[in-house]
Amino acid sequence: MVYLTRKIEFAASHRYHNPALSAEENRRIFGKCNYPHGHGHNYTLEVTIAGEPDPVTGMVLDLKDLKEILEQEIMQRMDHRFLNYEVAELKGQIPTCENVVRVIWNLLEPKIPQGQLHRVRLYESANLFADCYGRSAGGGD
Amino acid sequence: MARRLHIELGRRYRFAASHRLHSLQLSEEENIRVYGKCANPYGHGHNYTVEVRFSGTVNPATGMIANLADLDAFVNEQVIDPFDHRSLQDEVPVFSKVVPTTENLCKEIFERLKSFPKAKLEAVRIEETSNNSFEYAGESRAAS
Repeated sequence: MVYLTRKIEFAASHRYHNPALSAEENRRIFGKCNYPHGHGHNYTLEVTIAGEPDPVTGMVLDLKDLKEILEQEIMQRMDHRFLNYEVAELKGQIPTCENVVRVIWNLLEPKIPQGQLHRVRLYESANLFADCYGRSAGGGD
Repeated sequence: MARRLHIELGRRYRFAASHRLHSLQLSEEENIRVYGKCANPYGHGHNYTVEVRFSGTVNPATGMIANLADLDAFVNEQVIDPFDHRSLQDEVPVFSKVVPTTENLCKEIFERLKSFPKAKLEAVRIEETSNNSFEYAGESRAAS
């Protein structure tokens, strides 16, 4: 098995706020991530595909295809957007790294034409990231 | 699409510390042969980066596996405060007997962090320099 990873970057804003909680609770749990007008990050997304290289092309998956999928599914949907208001898949969820990485997994998984989606890693900053694996991979839970 | 996904939260921390690689089980000559300049008598230092990964259920009310404020406080108390700007073999008791290689440092930090009450520790990965990194995921993972 060979693992192929492609990295993209996008910029987006978000805000952590749960309408079911009081203003005080929101502030206590989310701190400055609860400020009313939101804030932004430069996100880095790493997408890893697992597979055997095709004997004819030597590729697990054509990088041009992966680049196009990431452009269509992620860049067009999330780049320079306010995640809470402009990404339908995040409606009703707090757009934490954990939730955004799961949304990205669910968007990408059905689109990968060759190989298998192995891991999606989303960096919100250099010091904070979330990983998403299918159930059988990554140690399971 | 009802497939359950495994999600991990990763966080990076930094500390600076000195160490000397010198085994009590080896002769002076052997220490120098095995550890080279890392066995120089007064030690040397590194800027360490510690990457930790935790798994758990994403709480629907908060969108989080664990609140970062809780995680940061725990890691600071267990690892950063006792290790930062210290001499590992002189000031962290376990390393008076165990050579403070980064392999052993990974295991020690894993032991210190595995009791975090809000999420399950999956792995500790340490960058000793930008070119050397080490990862430990616990005995059960290593055996599988």
